[in-house]
Amino acid sequence: MSNQKLKVVHYLNQFYGGIGGEDKAGHLPEERAGALGPGQALQAALGTDAEIVATVICGDDYFAENLDGALHTVITMIKAHAPDLVVTGPAFNAGRYGVACGAVAKAVFEELHVPVVSGMYHENPGVEMYRRYAYVVKTGNSAADMRKAIPAIANLVKALGKREEVTPETHAYIPQGLRKNYFHAERGAKRAVDMLVAKINAQPFVTEYPMPHFDRVAPNMPIADASKAKIALVTSGGIVPKGNPDHIESSSASRYGKYDIQGVSDLTPEKYATAHGGYDPVYANLDSDRVLPVDVLREMEQAGEIGVLHRYFYTTVGNGTSVANCAAFAKKFVQELVNDGVQAVILTST
Amino acid sequence: MRLELRNITIKDVRFGAQTEVKGDVLYVNKQEMIDALQDERLTSIDVEIAKPNEATRIVPVKDVIEPRVKVEGSGGVFPGFVSKVDMVGSGVTHVLKGVAVVTTGKIVGFQEGIIDMSGPGAQYTPFSDTLNVVLVAEPVQGLLQHDHEAALRTMGLKAAAYLGEAGRHAKPTNTEVFDCPPLPQALLQFPGLPKVAYVYMLQSQGLLHDTYVYGIDAKRTLPTFIYPTEVMDGAIVSGNCVSACDKNTTFHHQNSPVIHELLARHGKDYNFIGVVVTNENVTLSDKERSSNFTAKLVEWLGVDAVIISEEGFGNPDTDLMMNCVKLEKKGIKTVLVTDEYAGQDGASQSLADADPLADAVITAGNANEVIVLPPMQKLLGHKETADVIAGGWYGSLAADGSITAEIQVITGATNELGFSKLTSKGV
Repeated sequence: MSNQKLKVVHYLNQFYGGIGGEDKAGHLPEERAGALGPGQALQAALGTDAEIVATVICGDDYFAENLDGALHTVITMIKAHAPDLVVTGPAFNAGRYGVACGAVAKAVFEELHVPVVSGMYHENPGVEMYRRYAYVVKTGNSAADMRKAIPAIANLVKALGKREEVTPETHAYIPQGLRKNYFHAERGAKRAVDMLVAKINAQPFVTEYPMPHFDRVAPNMPIADASKAKIALVTSGGIVPKGNPDHIESSSASRYGKYDIQGVSDLTPEKYATAHGGYDPVYANLDSDRVLPVDVLREMEQAGEIGVLHRYFYTTVGNGTSVANCAAFAKKFVQELVNDGVQAVILTST
Repeated sequence: MRLELRNITIKDVRFGAQTEVKGDVLYVNKQEMIDALQDERLTSIDVEIAKPNEATRIVPVKDVIEPRVKVEGSGGVFPGFVSKVDMVGSGVTHVLKGVAVVTTGKIVGFQEGIIDMSGPGAQYTPFSDTLNVVLVAEPVQGLLQHDHEAALRTMGLKAAAYLGEAGRHAKPTNTEVFDCPPLPQALLQFPGLPKVAYVYMLQSQGLLHDTYVYGIDAKRTLPTFIYPTEVMDGAIVSGNCVSACDKNTTFHHQNSPVIHELLARHGKDYNFIGVVVTNENVTLSDKERSSNFTAKLVEWLGVDAVIISEEGFGNPDTDLMMNCVKLEKKGIKTVLVTDEYAGQDGASQSLADADPLADAVITAGNANEVIVLPPMQKLLGHKETADVIAGGWYGSLAADGSITAEIQVITGATNELGFSKLTSKGV
């Protein structure tokens, strides 16, 4: 794409697309050739480096009320042009518009794999929801800031088109919440001492990892009668059928396994082992029930202390696996557990 | 305690008829060295040399150790292992600077690492810059993992002591002197300067996650005081590979960077009182006990601020936060050194535990970032382990010998003692 003019598609709402105000917010997605509204100023700022080949317009209400359908239509329209880059907005502090710009950005990022540039006020809800999928230029809170927003967006579009390295500092976009490695001039221990001296002397310093908001889950109410409950076993301790048939990674797992334990009352070393690379595996391999207590639950099932042990257990490796991956796994299999009528889960970690 | 570290800079390592230092060259009598390392738990030991810029890959790497020898003062290097359990840290120690012993062979677990001597992976490991004497050792059939780990650990320490001995009479290139007085004098030094200490967290979660202090497994210890100079004589030994990237090898401990950086400004910006070593055990009661003891000892030292370094990730993030929070609540300022597991895309929360009081953090980088390590001409060890070590996956090793994996697989890549320069930022 470096030798050719960058092909850009622009997404606008009904207002900036010139359809009308709030009364036209139900407008269905449509596309126009070339640049339109703020796109014209953007085209002027881009000069000959890039060309806005099409503008896709959708009413904010229509988008919000028909999210899947509207997004599908919008993406289909964008995709047809095979753009090198997509611009959405700028949306300033318009909430519904910002969320639509973000949702379009996410779909473009995931389906078209091309960069997206947008512009929003930092408090726009679209920022928090979608910032990692787009380079969202910081704007003021209203269209009065258009004159400043357009050159900033154009600057970022041009840089991305040339595959230059961009950073929040050099290109005035809102950090995407991504962590990126680089080599510092000083080693970590030296930086630690520098930070310690600054902290002791109440001088300013910048932590290298600002603490995230930590997600703490409140426990559910206990089940009233365990003797009637269907109970499932789920573990992040990596217990798998021996040989690890699904190749769950020993660290930084990209997947989980679901295995049938119908008729199994004991996890023997001949048939089960751990795939986990983060703890001493010797004792888990000798007796995997230590991590996934199938034996005890079978006894309790026999004795009528629990209703029934669910036919499948779910397992992954927690070692070095990102919180985001873990949450994504759970989102998937929890629905299956609910559909299978499971009332309680014993979640074992290591 | 007063320790002189006399560095003997070595510029080349070659095999020779006698193990000796001549000028700036270390000669190794291969057979004599192999004979010195014999162990009934090992069927074969081979010695190879890997030098910077060579197209050589070492995998799976278990430990890296610096050859040292005590020439004056009590005890010997690696007390509790190759020397008696005498107190070390005073007198004179010779260091073969630029040389490292690297142990490899059949994999013990999942946590061993990769050292590339050249190519894109080399910049992530400090051991692409050292002249490596590589021990390739294979265990007897049926050797249990705990025994296998112990055999390799002992072999590496013996090898470093064996090579270190060659430097006993060599002429030092330079000398560093570290004088660390007993507590009453230490506290009276430099009145007016703030007092600081170092909280040195040692991995102690079990097989391949163990660290030894004077030969005792750190999981069976309570937090205690140690002189900075004791660490330089090998009082702390690695038995672990957490993930290769944030494992503290024995080499890292011998050259413990927070200790050296704190000593560098001691007497100018603060008064560095000493080191508290603590562990990272797996049960909640152990974590509570160790962090309570750590906070108590630090308060007892009467210091104003500490640096706390973590080893490993996930489970020990809890120990790190407990230590931080308990100290901050006593009014003792903390700076933490950790690394991150933010996912391959860098989009996830990086730590498994967090607290707003942890407001001063140094990061050694995101261990999940993916790297492609091109094929190398020479391989020491077993390349197929790339698919199972922590940070690799089924298919990491391609047919052409290249490896696509997270930097987690590289020995020392995100070292949490702050040994290296890799870090991470929000973008």
